[in-house]
Amino acid sequence: MAFRPLLTRKTLACAAGLGSNGGIATSFRGLQTFTLPDLPYDYGALQPAISGEIMQLHHQKHHQAYVTNYNKALEQLHDAISKGDAPAVVKLQSAIKFNGGGHVNHSIFWKNLAPIQEGGGEPPKGSLGWAIDNDFGSLDALVQKMNAEGAALQGSGWVWLSVDKELKKLVVETTSNQDPLVTKGPSLVPLIGIDVWEHAYYLQYKNVRPDYLKNIWKVINWKYASEVYEKECP
Amino acid sequence: MGSFSLHASCLAKPKLPWSNDCFQNLNSLKLPALQRRPKFHSRKASKVLAFYGLKSPPYKLDALEPYMSKRLLETHWGEHHHGYVEGLNKQLEKSDILYGHTLDELVKVTYNNGNPLPEFNNAAQVWNHDFFWESMQPGGGGMPELGLLQQIEKDFGSFTNFKEKFIEAALSLFGSGWVWLVLKRREKRLEVVKTSNAVNPIVWDDIPLISLDVWEHAYYQDYKNDRGKYVNAFMNHLVSWHVATARIIHAEAFVNLGEPNIPVA
Repeated sequence: MAFRPLLTRKTLACAAGLGSNGGIATSFRGLQTFTLPDLPYDYGALQPAISGEIMQLHHQKHHQAYVTNYNKALEQLHDAISKGDAPAVVKLQSAIKFNGGGHVNHSIFWKNLAPIQEGGGEPPKGSLGWAIDNDFGSLDALVQKMNAEGAALQGSGWVWLSVDKELKKLVVETTSNQDPLVTKGPSLVPLIGIDVWEHAYYLQYKNVRPDYLKNIWKVINWKYASEVYEKECP
Repeated sequence: MGSFSLHASCLAKPKLPWSNDCFQNLNSLKLPALQRRPKFHSRKASKVLAFYGLKSPPYKLDALEPYMSKRLLETHWGEHHHGYVEGLNKQLEKSDILYGHTLDELVKVTYNNGNPLPEFNNAAQVWNHDFFWESMQPGGGGMPELGLLQQIEKDFGSFTNFKEKFIEAALSLFGSGWVWLVLKRREKRLEVVKTSNAVNPIVWDDIPLISLDVWEHAYYQDYKNDRGKYVNAFMNHLVSWHVATARIIHAEAFVNLGEPNIPVA
């Protein structure tokens, strides 16, 4: 649901060789490959909070690499499954988690950002705004909390504002590397994710991650977060 | 002598004679005469009571050009490494339970057998960066010689094989971390090891010979996202086999590698 605009392109199903199998109903999925989603704004549109250089590298190099490697891992997984090669299947899990997670996370991230002219930074209204005040006291308190957790995260990872769709509560979580949010709780739905990998801010902020976190709120797209929230908690 | 603090201003001076060991906090000795003395601070000293110092790399910051730029080293050493030192000292101010360790010991103690204390990240990263600067030299790269080369050939088949393994490890490390050529103490052999974030082989009592920082901050300013180019530049132009040889010679005092037929150059 949150991953709606993932562009997919079906390749030929590997069932070519199964045509002669007669009536055996093998439930076979065609192998889907993924492509890099377009940004809904120019690379330079988020300046000065995030520089155009960073946006371009982040999108065209880093995210593209995750997509490419995810497709590769999926293909290898497909082969391993059809050969029944269990050790190979298990071995591929970390590549899938990392690259697939990278693709999932960044696809959400681009939608979490918007140029100031298009509403970036405008505080949330409606039910999400109320929920934030309810669960954190105020938007400022939420921002402080997320910034603190983001700054304290060691190494690479993400800091998330999410809604627990079972408990109907807002939750701030962090994940390491490219682990998707579901690894922290199966009922967590991401609303806002902030990439705190060094590549997300280094060229502009160097090692001063707290400055990056302070500034990124100016281009956060609360409209999208509200939409996702209202879908989970109508 | 009162307690004293180090600051970046010390770095302009020639390398200090003491190593990166801990300076005892003299206030805890409860000697009134010493406690009443004024604290000596240089004018630019930080307010932190320092326990560990920032070691300078054994070369000038522009010496590794063009493979590692001066600008990158200024940020990596002057901001990141320095930040870890200051962070560690600030944490140690809070209580004296961790006082009295050498940096090596502090890393192992704070690792706490896999359940790291909050000080581990800073302590280990200080250690890791000290080790990393020393693993490189201007005009590095090439191949090791004599005994170290023999050991590599014994444990990897060939130097080329080792180099491939090392590069592959660096490229396949997800997230932030380090790649090491390590002498495993129990297995008595060399291995290539990947670690995440701040972890390093000394917490398992192994002996590292060289390391490569693959946190993004280690290469982003020079190579952007092209980690492969960075790793190759390291292997071909920066890695110091002289230092690695010195380290393995030292290690042989503790690990019996079989025929000790390694000529000291």
